Amino acid sequence: MERTYLEFASAIVKTASMTLITRIFPLLAGWLLALLLSLPAQAQLEIDITKGNLDPVQIAVPDFLATTQSERDFGRQIADVIRADLERSGLFKPLDPASFLETQTNIDYKPTFADWRVIKADALVSGRIKTESASRILVEFRLWDVFAGEQLKGVRFATTPDNWRRTAHKASDAIYEALTGESGYFDSRIVFIDERGPKTNKTKRLAIMDQDGENPVYLLGGSDLVLTPRFSPNSQTIVYMSYENNRPNVYLLDIETGRRELLGDFPGMTYAPHLSPDGKSLILTMERRGNNDIYVMDLTSRSTTRLTTDPAIDVSASYSPDEKKIVFNSDRGGSPQLYTMDADGKNVRRISFGKGRYSAPIWSPRGDKIAFARSSGGKFGIGVMDVDGKNERILTESYLDESPTWSPNGRVIIFSREYKGVEGRSEVWSIDLTGQNLRRVETPGMASDPAWSPLLP
Amino acid sequence: MKHYLMGGAALLSLSACATKPDPVPEMTAPAPVVQAPAPVPEIVEPTPPPPVVQQLPPVVQSAPDPNLPTPGSIEDFAYQSGGEPRVFFGYDQFDLSPEARDVLRRQANWMQIYPDSTAVIEGHADERGTREYNLALGARRADSVQAFLISQGISPNRLRTISYGKERPIDGRPSETGWARNRNGYTNLRLGGVS
Repeated sequence: MERTYLEFASAIVKTASMTLITRIFPLLAGWLLALLLSLPAQAQLEIDITKGNLDPVQIAVPDFLATTQSERDFGRQIADVIRADLERSGLFKPLDPASFLETQTNIDYKPTFADWRVIKADALVSGRIKTESASRILVEFRLWDVFAGEQLKGVRFATTPDNWRRTAHKASDAIYEALTGESGYFDSRIVFIDERGPKTNKTKRLAIMDQDGENPVYLLGGSDLVLTPRFSPNSQTIVYMSYENNRPNVYLLDIETGRRELLGDFPGMTYAPHLSPDGKSLILTMERRGNNDIYVMDLTSRSTTRLTTDPAIDVSASYSPDEKKIVFNSDRGGSPQLYTMDADGKNVRRISFGKGRYSAPIWSPRGDKIAFARSSGGKFGIGVMDVDGKNERILTESYLDESPTWSPNGRVIIFSREYKGVEGRSEVWSIDLTGQNLRRVETPGMASDPAWSPLLP
Repeated sequence: MKHYLMGGAALLSLSACATKPDPVPEMTAPAPVVQAPAPVPEIVEPTPPPPVVQQLPPVVQSAPDPNLPTPGSIEDFAYQSGGEPRVFFGYDQFDLSPEARDVLRRQANWMQIYPDSTAVIEGHADERGTREYNLALGARRADSVQAFLISQGISPNRLRTISYGKERPIDGRPSETGWARNRNGYTNLRLGGVS
């Protein structure tokens, strides 16, 4: 996709956006605001993990202006997608277009801010569609801080008409980034396991969809049992486990080319695959004679190095973003708990000490948190803790919540939720790192084992 | 129909006539020709030996039930294993109970009688655990079963293991009864080689 970003304004953006950031993150006191202005972007990220009741930013997104009928269709559909993206994030409340007082006719003029203040809009997105040729449309928008009366962002995307949906997600990402100071996650996909049938006769297939549930497709043709797909953090490649030929092993799939590859044919089962953040190596569990240990495979040379030797279960390894540490699940202490170790297997340290049994750890792409599944008192929930095990917080609880995975910006966790009973559904749910905004993720049928892609290029 | 009835009536009248026998004049039967039989040469057969008398062995079992599986079949293996070739485990456990060992001894005996048989041992877990941990647990259970069969004299090259974790429950009941059934090691017998 060809595209251009065009910044219409820059000088006043920073000051104005801070006004809105204080509304999104109300815990930011005035003195913090002054501090933030002088800090790099990372410093703002810490705001997200404070658990405070958020007052969603009220945002007005009128249908994008257009001249022709086909442009009007795009203008309405794109605004619909942006409103839905922002609403699902939980940080925004898109206002009902029926309440709008002003109807802009040209986005290159300032809106009548008073009209937007009356309906209590904090922010306004004014957009326009232009047709350049049969194969090229321009999607433009300006993001306004209604209270300050200033433009925060002006962007123009040039794209093909059939790419309107992705363009809308990119616009959502730009709005999210301008108003939160963090990168968005709307132009991304989720790979998952599509499930059909009752628990005692289940068919599972590898599938992928946009993060909002649109465009679902199966990635494999066969009927072999497939489990635990994971995205490469930096490419459109996934690794997964398949029972193809009744040999449970780890495979690699390039979803752009469809090229599929068995990663080593070992005497025992290989499973629980995760690619390293640089995508050059694979960490997995290999089973030999009932012993389950963690190995790392260099994807270039295909050589494997054993990282754990304990006779206990060592499974579900996940790298820190800097690739220096690994978190994993082990029952070496008598029950399943979380441990970290250096990338070479040294300095093993238990980090979970709360009540219950811990498993399925996964390191946040930000590096400062580990998400996990915990079972206690017959319930399973998703939780987060610091990388040293401190500040544990349980975010969800149900009959069976498991398989957490992070959004590309590390703000949202999606996970599998399974209901009780032989006909109990499997669903994908999401929750913010803050513990708020619990909601079901749209999937074509029953679904499990979600994994979020990086932002699309 | 009409013709048939009429024909039947005609037959009836005929037979009614036949029941009244006409007087028959008596006739003298011709005298039979009597011939003496040809003399038969006498052959003296040897006296057969007396039968050997043996006592029947006492009845130790009832007649084979035609509903029982054919000996040597996969069904027979299941039957001899006590119904199904499956042993059960405690929650998060992979050690074999005395009952499980008993079942596995019978499986090993059977496999020694039928030396061409092989088995893929499946390890299974209940749904009360996360996916990857349960794959590990299933692998351990399958290995426990395999190790015991090997200890009973079954060659390791006749056995293979596979873990299905919690992916293949046999009992859908969301209760301890159902979960207990889903924590098992299943000896999937093959009458050919290990695939």
